[in-house]
Amino acid sequence: MKGSLSWVRLLLLLGTAIVATLVHPAGRFITLASTTSTQNSGLFDYLLPEFTRKTGIEVRVVAVGTGQAIELAESGDADVLLVHDRAGEMKFMSEGHGVSRREVMYNDYVIVGPGSDPAAVRGLNDAAQAFRRIADAAANFVSRGDDSGTNRQELRLWEAAGIDAKSASGSWYKEVGAGMGATLNTAVGLDAYTLTDRATWATFRNRGDLELLVEGDPRLFNQYAVIEINPVLHPAVKASDARLFAEWLVSREGQALIGAFTIDGQALFFPNATTPEN
Amino acid sequence: MREMSEAVAAAVDLVARADPELVEIVLLSLRVSVSAVIIAALIGIPAGAALAMFRFPGRQGLVIAVNALMGLPPVVVGLCVYLLVSRSGPLGNWGILFTAPAMIIAQTILIVPIVTALSRGVIEDLSTELSEQLRSLGVGTSRAMLTLIREARYRLVTAVLAGFGRAIAEVGAVLIVGGNIAHHTRVMTTAIALETSRGNLALALGLGLILIAVSLAINALVYLTSGIARRRAGA
Repeated sequence: MKGSLSWVRLLLLLGTAIVATLVHPAGRFITLASTTSTQNSGLFDYLLPEFTRKTGIEVRVVAVGTGQAIELAESGDADVLLVHDRAGEMKFMSEGHGVSRREVMYNDYVIVGPGSDPAAVRGLNDAAQAFRRIADAAANFVSRGDDSGTNRQELRLWEAAGIDAKSASGSWYKEVGAGMGATLNTAVGLDAYTLTDRATWATFRNRGDLELLVEGDPRLFNQYAVIEINPVLHPAVKASDARLFAEWLVSREGQALIGAFTIDGQALFFPNATTPEN
Repeated sequence: MREMSEAVAAAVDLVARADPELVEIVLLSLRVSVSAVIIAALIGIPAGAALAMFRFPGRQGLVIAVNALMGLPPVVVGLCVYLLVSRSGPLGNWGILFTAPAMIIAQTILIVPIVTALSRGVIEDLSTELSEQLRSLGVGTSRAMLTLIREARYRLVTAVLAGFGRAIAEVGAVLIVGGNIAHHTRVMTTAIALETSRGNLALALGLGLILIAVSLAINALVYLTSGIARRRAGA
């Protein structure tokens, strides 16, 4: 009897010790809901420590698709958003979830595909035309299919091309419902075309036979914006610290840091805040 | 195959450097999964024993349900816990979304059925073996239950280890309720998923090898200590 009692006591003690280490007092932090492209590129690893050093505020990043990021914010589970889907952002603002929307930086989308290029899109600078050729050739195309900013952009391009790609879903058009990186991995495996943001592509290490084929269409412009969440609607939001972060991103210092971020000598995000302060 | 050798090299390199980020991730994985296992054992072993010992209407249905719940999809568990602890959910004011406690809750829910079902099996077998003696001693069912748990403790270790294996390996639940936040809720499995999505397949695989090694070490530790305890107890 004694033996089993001490066994239970040991378990309880261990449990208490572990729980105790878990509920250590948390410092000052905000939760940033953002996109896989910004995380996968390494931008946050580079940028956020600077902000934390300056303000003492830790930024905890939850990287999901833009659609899911906006949903997190609508549930009050994030303090600030950094996303890239203007239409979705405007809807979010008009519903009163956001206090302010500031444009921070941009980059562009590119179309990548197999080096053999069965749809002959290499060198085109008209994304809609490229999409038409892919559809005509019934060449494999992998879609994010996850309601992310990139996915929404891709759907707008199909619309511009006048093609109902979803009707081909399951044949040459494959919706994987995954983040950008996972989608690129699938495209590599299927020798397929896909639309990706340039930052994720530049830092992606498993390219296989994929090559960058189409770029430069003005429609491929990709704007990122930071949105503070409305504390009236979501009382748990840390509004003042979130504002400090949003203001810092568009400040001269934040903008300069974003512009100086490079991978293999290539800049991945171009700061374009309209009203740099400080 | 080139990936495999690169993965081994990546794993060896990370371990050799005692990479601080890796250490942090491994420790968090262990903290979350060990906590979940302890809570699940405190719930699941008594529940399993009760299911084995007591006869009540609906018992068979409950046994079948618990067995079926061993196959709970982690993503579904994660989603349910997310809806509970989200700021707009019923437990929103706890403010534990995207924290380790939320991950522990999710993993606990995931493995309580495993520990319960396996414990029930162990205790039921033992109770058939020992029913004569227990009856001759004239002990009540509750008392007999405690005796059986004590007698079965070394076999119950396997039930608990099965739960631990499930907890440390799952990614779906902790990804949703933890958010894979660097230095905060990033564990082995979510780090592997992240590196895969970055196309760092060798690094992802290397982390996978480390996860397997850690899991192996824990199992060996528990197995050997329980073996020593068993010999000491002369059981």
